[in-house]
Amino acid sequence: MRPRILILLAGLAAVLLARNLYVILLQLPDHPRQGPLYRIILFHVPAAWIAFLGFFAALVASILYLAKRNLRYDAFAVSVTEVGLAFAAANLVTGMIWGNSIWGTPWTWDARLTTTLVGCLLYAGYLMLRHAVEDPTERAKNSAVLSIIAFADVPIIFFSIELWRGQHPKLEVWRGEIVAPGYREMLFLNWAPLLLLAAVFVAVRMRQEVQQRELEALRRRVHAL
Amino acid sequence: MRAVEAAGVWKFYGDFPALREVSIGVEAGSCLALLGRNGAGKTTLLRILAGLSRAGRGRVQILGGDPGEPHTRGRTGILGHGVSLYDELSALENLKLFGRLYGVAEPGRTAREWLERTGLERARDALVRGFSRGMRQRLAIARAFLHEPAVLLLDEPFTALDDRASALLEALLREAVAAGRTVVLSTHQLREALALATQVALLVRGKLAYAGERTPEMLEDPGWLYGRYGEA
Amino acid sequence: MRFLRQSLTIAAKDLRSEWRTKEALNSSVAFALVILLLFSFAFEPTEEQTRQIAGGLLWLAFAFAGALILNRSFARELPNDCLDALIAAPLTGAALFLGKLLANFVLLAAVELISLPVFGIFYDVNWTRQLGPLLEVMALGTWGMTVVGTLFSALTVNLRLRELMLPMLVYPVMLPALLAAVQLTSPLVMGQPLAGDLMVWLRLLVAFDVIFTALALALVETVLVR
Repeated sequence: MRPRILILLAGLAAVLLARNLYVILLQLPDHPRQGPLYRIILFHVPAAWIAFLGFFAALVASILYLAKRNLRYDAFAVSVTEVGLAFAAANLVTGMIWGNSIWGTPWTWDARLTTTLVGCLLYAGYLMLRHAVEDPTERAKNSAVLSIIAFADVPIIFFSIELWRGQHPKLEVWRGEIVAPGYREMLFLNWAPLLLLAAVFVAVRMRQEVQQRELEALRRRVHAL
Repeated sequence: MRAVEAAGVWKFYGDFPALREVSIGVEAGSCLALLGRNGAGKTTLLRILAGLSRAGRGRVQILGGDPGEPHTRGRTGILGHGVSLYDELSALENLKLFGRLYGVAEPGRTAREWLERTGLERARDALVRGFSRGMRQRLAIARAFLHEPAVLLLDEPFTALDDRASALLEALLREAVAAGRTVVLSTHQLREALALATQVALLVRGKLAYAGERTPEMLEDPGWLYGRYGEA
Repeated sequence: MRFLRQSLTIAAKDLRSEWRTKEALNSSVAFALVILLLFSFAFEPTEEQTRQIAGGLLWLAFAFAGALILNRSFARELPNDCLDALIAAPLTGAALFLGKLLANFVLLAAVELISLPVFGIFYDVNWTRQLGPLLEVMALGTWGMTVVGTLFSALTVNLRLRELMLPMLVYPVMLPALLAAVQLTSPLVMGQPLAGDLMVWLRLLVAFDVIFTALALALVETVLVR
């Protein structure tokens, strides 16, 4: 993607985000029961969606890479995984902040949060594997396999932790509707700038990855002379 | 149908091309000597022919089939840089293992025959760990040949062979070629390889600089090819 | 079937090789026993408490000790370039994988069967009340661990930091299987029958085993060919 388009998109995302923040902080009412900190859910939930989308995109890119062996798919896969991981981490942190405010404790082994944590571990492992392999083709192939396994595992992990929690209910897990007025619309509105931001990050990362690979190849050529 | 055929083969490590548009053909009953400096791509090409690596672009056929197919691999014998033998198994066990994997009819009997042929019958039940280097080399040769492969791929096989093993390998290769089997071997040791070869190919930085018949001039002056077609 | 025969050939080779050196086996058994010992010092559980946490105790010991065996699995093919010879042989990746999987299963099962009586002695616990179902659960849990572990052993075989990367990658993936195994083992050690609430964990474990065996068999050829 050309830099100008990226800057435009980033600018658009910034504007939308600024507008949303204004509404969120100054116009939306506090949640009747949960107070002012409840607003964090407007970032917590979209972050989870975007992370999931990122990991799904990584799965598709990984399968495509193994089928076509074109390294652009690999560059895309690592970019969406990194961005997805960043948003998953954001989801975790906002979840803990919010949890602390309503439950008094930041961690309750809630199935969704725990699955997000394990997901972060899995995909952090993906990034670590990439660092450990030097040859770009081997790296692409091995991380593609890992991406497929990780994505297949996530639903199983979620199910197993839900099951476990069902047998050890520690704290009441909030599953209710978003009650306060204006929040539901805001939730969907906040999706757009965050997704735009994610797309910009992915594009930037992808460019970086492609350039890094070209540099490696040039370096190798020089050594071969 | 040629026994070994590579058409327009490219191999990339990331964006770096280790092999560039390499096309060679080897008829059955011939022996191709693959020459080139270190890093020219000889090992890369041999690995692709052996099914250990995939070509980035281009087509490779061994005996009319894809080198990755189990059926094709069963008719190929390889001898790489390492001896590919298990230190904790005996000579006999090693050969029987590979015999079984390659679907040899009577693995035990074939293994014993090859041990005799390579002069290792007395070390039959000894663990490979205790073998001298020469013994390992001879056992590796037995491993590569025991399933009577139609195509033999050898990566610098004469390097660091002692006299006995060297003579053994030379005799086996001559026998194989005479029996109509195909041999591709990469080498630095020009003399032995060129004596056996019917065809020669020179790789320079991943590209094929020369491919053709092995001429008597090459035998007289093994360095001639490098001088004429090699790097500037 | 040729596939099965080749797998068994590979499994037999690995087992024979391991029996001669006993490297992985010894270190694995020692590690499991040390973990069991350390836990009893760290937590000093009563007999009743031990039975309740038996699942966690045992499976943590098995998981950590298992990493040693799984690490060796493909790593033992590296000296002398044996891995190349195996890949070049007319052996499908799936057959090679299955052979190693079977060998790892046997080795890990051996470690577990040695650890159980030691556990019983150290913690003064009778674990044989539901012996049949317990062995069944151990078999399923071990299969889950070894399927994932053997695949990752192939994936990480050429890495410098293999010993570090393998456990780090494998444990999160194995989590559902370990969780299910733990949830099943404690009640069985306590003497409860394998029924009712527990059945869903058993189903989860079986599902994990089936899904990951299929996934591993499908992906292993890709992993092995460079």
